[in-house]
Amino acid sequence: MVFDSADALHGLIGGALIGIASAIMLLALGRVAGISGIAATIFSRTNAHRLTNIAFVVGLVLMPLIYGLITSPPAIGITSDLVLLIAGGLLVGIGTRVGNGCTSGHGVCGLSRFSPRSIVATLVFMAAGIIVASFVVGMIR
Amino acid sequence: MSAVVALIAGGLFGLGLVVSDMIDPARVQAFLNVTGGAWDPTLAFVMAGALVPMLLAWRRAKAPAKPALGGTYPAPVGAIDRKLIVGALLFGVGWGLVGLCPGPALAAILVGGQSVWIFVAAMFAGFAIAGLMKRP
Repeated sequence: MVFDSADALHGLIGGALIGIASAIMLLALGRVAGISGIAATIFSRTNAHRLTNIAFVVGLVLMPLIYGLITSPPAIGITSDLVLLIAGGLLVGIGTRVGNGCTSGHGVCGLSRFSPRSIVATLVFMAAGIIVASFVVGMIR
Repeated sequence: MSAVVALIAGGLFGLGLVVSDMIDPARVQAFLNVTGGAWDPTLAFVMAGALVPMLLAWRRAKAPAKPALGGTYPAPVGAIDRKLIVGALLFGVGWGLVGLCPGPALAAILVGGQSVWIFVAAMFAGFAIAGLMKRP
C-alpha cells in the first residue's frame, strides 16, 4: 500500500461525505455525530435518542456491505491477535466514554467548533495513537 | 422522520469511511506509524475533507436558529478536566494498538470478519465498564 494522489482525492471525498453526514445530524436533529456516544446508547432503554441512534448505526453498518456488493468488498487489514483485539477494544470503549468522544465527536465535530476540550482531546489521542503505533506495535507483534 | 434522517446520515458516514479507506485499520495505522518508513497521510486528507462541511454547519447552528426537525443545538461543553485527558489517552492507546476507532469498527463489522466482531464486543464491554464507573 503506497500512498498516491488517488488516495488523497478519495480521502478528501470520503472525508467530505463524513462531514456532510455529521452536518445533517447537527442541522436536522441538533445532534453531535460522535460515534462512540451514539453507539454506547443503543442498548440503553432509558436514552431519549435511542431510536435515532440505532437508525444511524444501522446505516453505518449496512452501507459498507452494500458498497462492497456493488463494487468490490473493502480490504480490512487487521494484524492484531486475540489479546490485542480485546485490549484495544476495551481501551477504545472505556477511553471514549470517560473522555466523552472519539475521532468523530472530538475530531470532526469538536475541532470544527473550535471547542478547547475537543482540541485538547484530539491532540492527546493523536499523540497516544502515534506513539503506540510507531513504537509499541512493532515490539509486540 | 428523525430515524430516517439518522439512517441516511449513518449510511453517508459509512460510505465516507469506505471511500476514504479509513475503514481499513492498516491504512489508519500507516498514518499513526511514523517510524515504519511507509507513512500514509490519507487520514489528514479525510480530516480536512470532513472539517469543511462541519465548519459551515456550526456557523448556521447558532441560536436563535433551531434544528430543522426540532430540538435545540447543543450548548458549548464544559472545562478541560482530568477525565478528558485520561479518557483520550486510553482511547489513543487502543486506537494505536489495533487501528480501529468506533466509527470504522462498526462500519467494518459486516465486511471485516471475526476480528472486527471481537474488537467491537470488547468496545461495547468498555462502554459498559465506563458506564458502571460513572455511577456512585
